[in-house]
Amino acid sequence: MECILKVDGVSKQFGGLEILKDLSFHVNKGERIGIIGPNGAGKSTFFNLLTGDLAPSKGNVFYKDKDITTEPNYKRARRGIVRTFQKNNLLVPLTVLDNLLLVLQRKHGISRTWFKIRNQKQYETLYNEADELLQRWGLKHQRNVKVESLSYGEQRQIEIMLGVATNPDVLLLDEPTAGMSQSETNYIVQLLHELPKDLTLMIIEHDLEVIFGIAERMIVLYDKHILIDDSPDVVRKDPQVNQIYIGTEGAV
Amino acid sequence: MNNTYVKFIAVLVLIAAAPFFLPLFHINLLSEILILAIFALSLNVMMGYAGMVSLGHAAFFGTGAYAAGIMAQNASANMIFTLAGAVVLSLVLAGIVGLFCMKVSGFYFLMLTLAFSQMVYSFVYQANQWTGGSNGLSGIPSPVLFGFSFSNSVWVYYLIGLIFLLIFAGLRVLVKSPFGQILIGIRENETRLKSMGYNTSMYKYAAFIISGVIGGMSGALYTYFNGFIAPSDVYWTMSGTVLIMVLVGGAGTMTGPVLGAALIVLLETVVAAYTDMWMLILGSVFIIFVIFFPSGIHGILQDTLNKWQKPKLNPDVKSVKREQI
Amino acid sequence: MLLFIITCGLSLVFGILGVLNLAHGSLYMIGAYVAFSITSTFSQSFWTALIAAPLVVAVLALIIERTLLKSTYHLGHLSQVLLTFGLAYVFHDIAKLIWGSNVLSIQVPPSLEGSIIVFGQTFPLYRIVIIGVGVCLAFGLWWMQNKTRWGAIVRAGLSDKQMIGALGVNIHLVFTTIFVIGGLLAGFGGVVAAPVLGLYPDMEFQTLILALVVLVIGGLGSIAGTLVASVLVGTLETFGRFLFPEVSMFLVFALMAVILVWRPNGLLGKQVAEE
Repeated sequence: MECILKVDGVSKQFGGLEILKDLSFHVNKGERIGIIGPNGAGKSTFFNLLTGDLAPSKGNVFYKDKDITTEPNYKRARRGIVRTFQKNNLLVPLTVLDNLLLVLQRKHGISRTWFKIRNQKQYETLYNEADELLQRWGLKHQRNVKVESLSYGEQRQIEIMLGVATNPDVLLLDEPTAGMSQSETNYIVQLLHELPKDLTLMIIEHDLEVIFGIAERMIVLYDKHILIDDSPDVVRKDPQVNQIYIGTEGAV
Repeated sequence: MNNTYVKFIAVLVLIAAAPFFLPLFHINLLSEILILAIFALSLNVMMGYAGMVSLGHAAFFGTGAYAAGIMAQNASANMIFTLAGAVVLSLVLAGIVGLFCMKVSGFYFLMLTLAFSQMVYSFVYQANQWTGGSNGLSGIPSPVLFGFSFSNSVWVYYLIGLIFLLIFAGLRVLVKSPFGQILIGIRENETRLKSMGYNTSMYKYAAFIISGVIGGMSGALYTYFNGFIAPSDVYWTMSGTVLIMVLVGGAGTMTGPVLGAALIVLLETVVAAYTDMWMLILGSVFIIFVIFFPSGIHGILQDTLNKWQKPKLNPDVKSVKREQI
Repeated sequence: MLLFIITCGLSLVFGILGVLNLAHGSLYMIGAYVAFSITSTFSQSFWTALIAAPLVVAVLALIIERTLLKSTYHLGHLSQVLLTFGLAYVFHDIAKLIWGSNVLSIQVPPSLEGSIIVFGQTFPLYRIVIIGVGVCLAFGLWWMQNKTRWGAIVRAGLSDKQMIGALGVNIHLVFTTIFVIGGLLAGFGGVVAAPVLGLYPDMEFQTLILALVVLVIGGLGSIAGTLVASVLVGTLETFGRFLFPEVSMFLVFALMAVILVWRPNGLLGKQVAEE
């Protein structure tokens, strides 16, 4: 199997505060990895290190055998490491379509075009692709609505859609179903299952039901390091996980 | 789209016809409005669209104005030559200043642009042999194009009007282009744009340079129009005035800055007849807009228009929220 | 040190309210002009002016905060900055209307005239006193911010406005008070600086720009940073004026540019939340 992401001895400190210490693991293409851990275990920081939003204090990150440790976030995003955010992070005064078009126009390589008005007539394929995506995500009726006037759940959905729209190699989802209703959650889980099989998924999630439904492999972060890196079955039965995770987070 | 062309041609005809029924005084006023409208539009590119509030935009205006003036006096009054000089010099300035300014954002950006413009100002003030120091430059020859001299103020007006229309049309396409949409994206949420794979610094830098160059061009036009440049045209109050124009008109819109420039120039002319407390009036008008009409004249017009023709809402119009600029 | 006295009010307001008060220079100017009116007309006493003028300015600041600034809190920081910018324009003309546009000056009080010799150099006594006042002020502000209950509230307000409300502290009252103290300091600075720098139209913009430079170099909202920066800028300006008179302002701005690029948050600045 092809190794797509490799993390080698990565640590992160903020000032004197150590968040992550000496993390090492690798991810194969097409794997579905769930990441859990109590609050403050450094899950989001860990994502930030993979996406380049933060630079590690020590260690290296490799993407397809290339050292990308010092690459800024936007370059990694172009390589295909794409993330969604824990808190909705959208362009709220713009319409759903405009949000999506911004993602797609980079993929179509027209971002530096400044002499042509962006409209349906001039960029038909771009608009068609956007409409297809909206259709698939059940957001077609909200196409020209401003994001700020949508419900939280719909915004959450767009957040994930924007990540998927780029056709990434690795998609990092930071608590995709946080704050969603049960039906919305089910819908998202179903959409995640429909993603192409060669897409590598890494999901941070508090909802254990969601994560055990998707993940084929689990990473448990606890106290700055990886406690367990194994199959969901092992994690589910692990007494220590039950004690620290379920003990601190409450039963699911 | 057709609607846009109709409006554009209407404005074109109006600008072209104005000298036939307006007295010379009003033509000069109109010239000044158009020049400052170009200046305001240039600031709007980086402030209204890319969300970078600058308090040093006069640096580019002044650079363009002095470049054109000095070249016309000492070398040649050929317009292609002086305009190119203004453009190149403001391009270089924007290129250098932009490099520094891209490192900071928010209030620090505001301060750094202010610092650079004050540096340009003190340079202009001190470099007596070129800029005339505190006396400014006067007696600048009228621009010449293909042997034709724009010595008559109506001709200068036509020249300004033509350039205004070209710049307006160009910027309108620019802000609606994929590039312009990215600038809006950066204004609303730079983090997101980065995670979409955009090198946002590069786009901001590009916006800064475009803004600076057009600012420089408006400065050059001012020299053609006035035949005189004073160091106060580079002073930070000039930056403040243009900032006010953009905000009073409506930042992040195309018509806003033009309306803002028109309002401020007209107001200044009217007020000057009664009192010299111009700054008092300007400040009060500005405060009223900040508190009661944060989306500027453009916003007021939009609201009235929407009330009038409620069923036909234009989905393209994006109301710009002040706090997000 | 004068710079410090002027800037610390600005720094205080910015650090706590997050409002970059571009009318601070105007408050400073009004302080100076009111002091001029007092000393030149009915009282003749510098000391009366020293107390009365800052109070007048503080009342003015109170009115501004209560009537104008309050209505923009929900609109975000940028609106507030722009509002104060508009105010600066208004005050400029009001001052011109009341006090004219001639260059005026205030006499140094008789008891502080003369000069003393320190390390073989002659210094005017008044300037030494200013330095002393500045140091006391710096220490006082530092003490207030770090050692008192008030300071604790204020520092908490910096990081979390909701939490303060939950503690049962009236956050609006805190904001008003801080703004008024900022005004008081501006007015005080105006009186103290008047005998040295004189009074002239446009003085407020010159001072404001210099104060902003100090603020940015020192780091927004940091009293210690402001102190260091005022000394730095003051020294640079004085020596610059002496050694290369043509480029002294240029030097100051160049310093700011370099520092901003080198340390985008100022010398001792903490991360300030962006708009």
